[in-house]
Amino acid sequence: MGDILQLVLKRLGLGLVTLLVVSILIFFAVELLPGDIAEAVLGQGATPETVAALRDKLGLDQPAILRYLQWLGGALTGDFGVSLVSGVSVGDAIGERFVNTLFLATYAAVIAVPISIILGVIVALLRNTLFDRVANVATLTSISSPEFFLGYILILYLAVKTQYFPAIASISPDMTFGELLHRTFLPALTLVLVVTAHMMRMTRAAIINLLASPYIEMARLKGVPPWKIIVKHALPNAWAPIINVVALNLAYLITGVVLVEVVFVYPGIGQLLVDAVAKRDFPIVQACCLIFAATFILLNLAADVGAILTNPRLRHPK
Amino acid sequence: MTKSKDQDMINRLESAARTGGITKREFIRYSVLAGLTATTATGLWSTKAKAQPKSGGTFRWGLHDGNTSDNHDPGAYVTRQMIFMAHTHRSFLTMIMGDGSLGPDLADSWEASADASEWTFKLSENASFHSGKKFTADDVIASLNHHRGDDSTSAAKSLLADVLEITKDGDYTLVVKLSGGNADFPWLMTDYHLAICPAKDDGTIDWESGDGTGPYKIDSGEFGVGFNLSRHDGWHREGAYFDNVEIVILNDPNARQTALMTGDVDAVSLIELKTMALLQRNPNIKIHNIPSAGAITLPMHCNAAPFDNVDVRNALKLAMNRDEIIEKIAFGAATKGNDFHHSPAQPYWPDGIAQREYDPDQAKSLLKKAGAEGLTVSLSTADSVYAGAVDMAVLYAEQAKAAGININVVREPNDGYYSDVWLKKPFCLVSWGARPTPDVMYTLAYKDDAAWNESYWQNEQFNKLLLQAKAELDDAKRADMYREMAILAKDDGGTIIPFFNNFVYANSTKVGTPDQLAASWENDGARAASRWWFES
Repeated sequence: MGDILQLVLKRLGLGLVTLLVVSILIFFAVELLPGDIAEAVLGQGATPETVAALRDKLGLDQPAILRYLQWLGGALTGDFGVSLVSGVSVGDAIGERFVNTLFLATYAAVIAVPISIILGVIVALLRNTLFDRVANVATLTSISSPEFFLGYILILYLAVKTQYFPAIASISPDMTFGELLHRTFLPALTLVLVVTAHMMRMTRAAIINLLASPYIEMARLKGVPPWKIIVKHALPNAWAPIINVVALNLAYLITGVVLVEVVFVYPGIGQLLVDAVAKRDFPIVQACCLIFAATFILLNLAADVGAILTNPRLRHPK
Repeated sequence: MTKSKDQDMINRLESAARTGGITKREFIRYSVLAGLTATTATGLWSTKAKAQPKSGGTFRWGLHDGNTSDNHDPGAYVTRQMIFMAHTHRSFLTMIMGDGSLGPDLADSWEASADASEWTFKLSENASFHSGKKFTADDVIASLNHHRGDDSTSAAKSLLADVLEITKDGDYTLVVKLSGGNADFPWLMTDYHLAICPAKDDGTIDWESGDGTGPYKIDSGEFGVGFNLSRHDGWHREGAYFDNVEIVILNDPNARQTALMTGDVDAVSLIELKTMALLQRNPNIKIHNIPSAGAITLPMHCNAAPFDNVDVRNALKLAMNRDEIIEKIAFGAATKGNDFHHSPAQPYWPDGIAQREYDPDQAKSLLKKAGAEGLTVSLSTADSVYAGAVDMAVLYAEQAKAAGININVVREPNDGYYSDVWLKKPFCLVSWGARPTPDVMYTLAYKDDAAWNESYWQNEQFNKLLLQAKAELDDAKRADMYREMAILAKDDGGTIIPFFNNFVYANSTKVGTPDQLAASWENDGARAASRWWFES
């Protein structure tokens, strides 16, 4: 196991460097946007006098590099600063919303991952049948439609016409878990529809790829039933690519949900990021982007570790 | 049915209506079935059955334009979320009533010195903060001073620039001294930034806690998501019929309209004009289309060629077909503009000034006179200015071709439009929020030395009248001056005003609304929470 530990540590170190580069890119990208926070905050009520007063108050008169280094100094000691607009600490502003985003992502993942892998196995088993075609067309259609469109369709049929589910997913802390699941079902279902195709088709492709190999031929000649060939013989060797795709889609569930949040009015981190960019609220933008970047780094790492654990051969590269 | 049975049914319907067991729609339907005419039934409903708005219920209110980075600082209010909240949990010295007049809020009455440079407000002795603290003149002084002084970052700083001194005479009399006469000063006190917050001992205000003297107090909430409020028992004015108010931020137009259709909210603050006609078909939804004082303007810089020639300016005004623009861009939800920035929704509106119509031939002859035939100009615009702003500019360019004018439509970035394009590009498209009086509007954007004189228009007579009218306490004389100023702006000014946009919002038919709705903001001057009620 020592080699895996070493790999994890090495990748975490590289991840930190990536985060540093990301933070530099984000900072200067926000700087490049036209207008600044003082103008954005004061809106149409901005006069040169009040803009100058606010810039002075927020320390915007200092050069950009100095402001970045100040932020970096704080971040290295665990202090990500306060929102320039509302004065709330970044942790307080992001905390609850990030939990909401994680909840929705988990909800969608718990439905989507088993469904797509099981569907993938079934369509591999029944490849080139009507079922295979229908499943492929259905999932590809849903992945090809923009999320907001899927969301609107679901709202139209499941909320407006039949009233099974609420059209807006506004949640409050005093809701029971069941109520919470009911309220957030439509956004979760939208996300499920968006990510299923990718995982299902990768499962199908990985398994079909293996079906031509000699050991599968051997199993077939022994008289093993087709479903057993796939589940017991092909699937274990197919895990590596499947895990990679699952990890990518999990990362997407956390970072790519802005549109779904807007359509269903769900208080997640995406909306916070959009608002912060509009107001040039740099500490919030930076923290949100770093969370997204860290999500990708960690899930990729998890995918690699998972792939190695399911396939011992990968631990001994030639 | 026999006659006595019919009468029996009408009696029962009346009693059901009185106790609220039946809606107006049902009442009329059943009354007609029982043999009454629809007119009689409506009359019966309003005279016998329904006299008073009823109390109770939780009003769920979907608002557009809410941001997670908003806060309770009145000097930083910028989104509808905060403007509507301010009218719900805080209050102001004065308020704009449903009929457009100025009414009392925290001030019971007010009067001016003869030159209108000193205003005395008698304050309400019944008002209290949600925390239980009594409201006094000190709170007003601290709240107004929050927007004054060198280090204030308030967006309302320029509004109070004329104020020299704010003092009190006892706990319930406030005296404000101005550097010059201003007959509109009590109107200014309705500005959404001037919400009254509790004073601290050092003369600053406590805005952080969200305490206020408004009809509802905040129980819980999160900016950009929503707020839960409950009735403040010490509310000092009438209204506040709902027990609780639940504000939900619904920025997405589709989410807003769906929530209203599925009954997840009782009222919404904005309806998309494109889908207004479809929503109108829903019998459970009432749409309000209220002319407002908000306007779309096209300022031309009068100090830059070719706009420095008044004939060119007037040719461009004549080259616009306002009716077509209102029909196609505003979907009819607008009041036609006449190139002076004074809306029928504001006081002193000058009636009977000839409407400027689309006249490409006259525009052509004006251009000939100016020696500018085949004029080519660039018009800057961006999508964020108004829904359909770019389409509107393109449509105008097409209309102007008939007058031989070439308009290049330049699409600018949404971000930073008001810092990089407005006041800088010589011809652009601008959206203005409603201002309470013509004086405020003209002083802000048409006065010769105003920072926002968006057309850089200089007219001696106009500016002389503006200062005179400001200090004039005689309403009739004042109205005459505004009429003369309107004509000057229309015929000499540098701003094309295609239309004043309407406020278009909707509520469930379960919600009762007054006959007249204030035009200062959407949802009855942002005061739906305290002025509306549940019918059943």
